Amino acid sequence: MELTGAEIAIRCLQEEGVEYIFGYPGGAVLHIYDALFQQDKVKHILVRHEQAAVHAADGYARSSEKVGVALVTSGPGITNAVTGIATAYMDSIPLVVISGQVPSYAIGEDAFQEVDAVGITRPCVKHNFLIKDVKDIAPTIKKAFYLAKSGRPGPVLVDIPKDISNQKTSFVYPDSVSIRSYNPIGKGDSTQIKRAAQMLLEAKRPMIYAGGGVVLSGASTQLTELVHMLGAPCTNTLMGLGGFPANDKQFVGMPGMHGTYEACMAMQYCDVLIAVGARFDDRVIGNVEHFAQVPRKIIHIDIDPSSIAKRVKVDVPVVGELKPVLEQLLNELRSSKQKSNVSDLAAWWKQVDEWRVKGGGLRYKNSTEIIKPQYVIEKFYEITGGDAFVTSDVGQHQMWAAQYYKFNKPRRWINSGGLGTMGFGLPAAMGVQLINPGATVACVTGEGSIQMNIQELSTCKQFHLPIKVLSLNNRYLGMVRQWQEFFHGNRYSESYMDALPDFVKLAEAYGHVGMRIDNPADVEPALKEAFARKNELVFMDFRTDPTENVFPMVPGGKGLSEVILSEDL
Amino acid sequence: MRHIISLLMENEAGALSRVAGLFSARGYNIESLTVAPTEDPTLSRMTIVTSGSDAVIEQINKQLNKLIDVAAVMDLSEGEHLERELMLVKVRGQGSACEELKHVAQSFQGRVIDESNSTCTIELTDTCARLDEFLQAIDPGMILETVRTGASGIGRGERILKL
Repeated sequence: MELTGAEIAIRCLQEEGVEYIFGYPGGAVLHIYDALFQQDKVKHILVRHEQAAVHAADGYARSSEKVGVALVTSGPGITNAVTGIATAYMDSIPLVVISGQVPSYAIGEDAFQEVDAVGITRPCVKHNFLIKDVKDIAPTIKKAFYLAKSGRPGPVLVDIPKDISNQKTSFVYPDSVSIRSYNPIGKGDSTQIKRAAQMLLEAKRPMIYAGGGVVLSGASTQLTELVHMLGAPCTNTLMGLGGFPANDKQFVGMPGMHGTYEACMAMQYCDVLIAVGARFDDRVIGNVEHFAQVPRKIIHIDIDPSSIAKRVKVDVPVVGELKPVLEQLLNELRSSKQKSNVSDLAAWWKQVDEWRVKGGGLRYKNSTEIIKPQYVIEKFYEITGGDAFVTSDVGQHQMWAAQYYKFNKPRRWINSGGLGTMGFGLPAAMGVQLINPGATVACVTGEGSIQMNIQELSTCKQFHLPIKVLSLNNRYLGMVRQWQEFFHGNRYSESYMDALPDFVKLAEAYGHVGMRIDNPADVEPALKEAFARKNELVFMDFRTDPTENVFPMVPGGKGLSEVILSEDL
Repeated sequence: MRHIISLLMENEAGALSRVAGLFSARGYNIESLTVAPTEDPTLSRMTIVTSGSDAVIEQINKQLNKLIDVAAVMDLSEGEHLERELMLVKVRGQGSACEELKHVAQSFQGRVIDESNSTCTIELTDTCARLDEFLQAIDPGMILETVRTGASGIGRGERILKL
C-alpha cells in the first residue's frame, strides 16, 4: 500500500518510538498535521510559539535519554524555531526538527512563507536536509534520528516541501543506517588512556573537571567511581551539574564566572587537570592566557576532536564516548601497581580546604525585611528534598539556582548554558513534565525571562502540566544591572523592567494559581503550599531584593584566580 | 603559514556552502577553493588554500572532518605533494610586443589559445607561485584580464586520498 509523504513522516516517528512532538501548524505542514490527526500513537503538544516548541522538545530530551521532536511550518515557523535550534546546538542536545517548506516547484520564487530553511539553520544544526523526493523521506528521517543522538549529539533539521508531503510511495522504514562520511568514535585509544592513567597517578595535585558530556553520555556512575578512586577534588560545570553528586565531600562546586572560590583556585593551581566532556569555554576558565600562565598537565576526554586543543593546549587528548573511555580508564587505574601518593593528596586537600575557608563558601546576608533570592532557592531545595527537575531561564536567577540547588543526579538541571537563551525555562519545563509525569518540575525564572515565552502558560493549561514557576522578580534585568553596576559606572541603561504586569492576575487569567510573596517570612509557607498543589500550575511571584548581586564572580576577561568574593560580607 | 587542504565530500546540494559557511562563521581565511566531482560521481573533491597558525590549521582540519558530508580530509602541505593552477591571461598587443609575450609564455610552458587582431589569450598551468612570476615577467599594461582557478592539489607517490 502506498502512503503519502506526510503519512510516511508520521509513521517514521512511530517507528522511532516518539511519544510526544511539539509543534505549531501552518500552510506548508497541513498534510503532515492531517496525517497526525488520523493516528493516535504520536501525541502532539500545541505550543503558542515555535521557539517554545523547540525548547519543549529540548527539555524533553535533556531530562530523558530520548530525541526531542518539533514540527513547524515554513517561513516564520522555522525562523521562530531558530533560537530553539541554536540553543540545542550549543548544548549538544539531540533533536529532530521537521519543517514544512513551500512546494518544491515554488522554491526560489519568493513564495508566500518561503525562507531558505536549510540555509538559515546551517550554522546551528549538526546537519540538515531538504527532501526532494518522497522516496527519501523515510531514509532521511532515519538518518536524522541517528545523527541527532550518535557521536556528539545535536539538532538535525528535515525540511519537507508541501507537494512532497502529499505525493505517494510505498513505506519501508530502514532497519539500520550507515553514512560513509560519518563514523563516530566509541572507545578511546588505549595508549593515550595508559598515559592518562599514569599521569593521574603521578599527580601531586590532581583535579577533575567534568562537563555536560557526562550527563549526555550517561557516564555519571563512571565519573563518580573515577573521582572516588583518585581521591581528587571534582568540579562540575554549569552543564555538568548532577553529573557528580553535589553532596559528595569531594565536590568543590561549580567553576568559572560564578563558581566557588575553591573550584576556581583548584582549576588554576592543580598540576594535572582531567577534563571530562567539558570544553574549556570562556565562562569556565576566564582569560585563556591567564589560565595558561600556570604550568599544569591537561588530559582531555571528549567525543568531539574539535573540542580538544581549541582554546587550551592539551597534553593527553582522548577522543571517544565518555562512558566506554571512562571504563577503560578505570580498568587501567585498577590494574596499575602504582597508587596515588597519599601524603601529596592530603597536602592538596589541605590547600583546597584553605581555599574553601578563604572563599567562605556560597553565602549571602539574609534579611528579615526583604526577600533574598538565594534564600528562595535554599528553601526550594529543602522543600523538594533536592529531588525536583529544575529548569531555568538566563540571568542571575539561573546562577543562584545552579549555586544553591544541590543536584545529586544527572538530567535534573535543565538550562541553556551555551547560548544563554532567555525564555527557555517555561517551555523546557513542559517537555520535562511530559516525559516525567508525576515528577516535581519547577522553573526558576525572573520577571524578564519569563515574559519572553509567557504565552506558554496557555499550553500548560491545555495539557494539564502542573509546573511550579518560581519567579525571582527584582524589577531589573538583574545580570545586566550587575554588570552595569560593576563595569559601567552604575548607568542602568534599559535594565529596569517598568510596567510589569500583575503576575498573579496573569497566572489566573491563564487558568492557573498565582501567588505574590513580598516578605521573607512568607517564602517557606508559600513554597510549601505551592508544591502541595500537585495538580496545578502555581506561579510564584517573589519580590526579591533588586540590588542583590551574584558572587563569587570572575569578571569577563579576568583569570580564574582573580575571582571577586562578595564585598559586603 | 600557507596550507593546502584536500577533501572528499558527498556530491550533494549544499555541501559546498557547508564548507564555505564554516570558513566564514569561524573566521578562517580562504585564499582559494576549487571543487568538482571525481571519477565517482557521488563524491566531489575540493582543494582549499588557506593560512593560519598551527592551532588554527588544526582546528580547520577538525572542523572540516566534523561536517557530516565530508568523508576524508588531508592536509597536503604536511607531506610531499603537487599543486597546479590554471590561468588564462588576455593581453592587448600587436606585432613584436605580442611575439615577445608569446616567447615569455613559451618559457613558462604556456600556450596561446586565442588570437585576434588586437588581443592574445594565453593558457598556463603551474604552481600558484610560478603563475605569479609569469604575471611579473610581462608588461602589466598589456593585461586585459586574468582568470585563475585556484590551486588543485594531489599527494606525491603513495600519498592517496581515496575512500
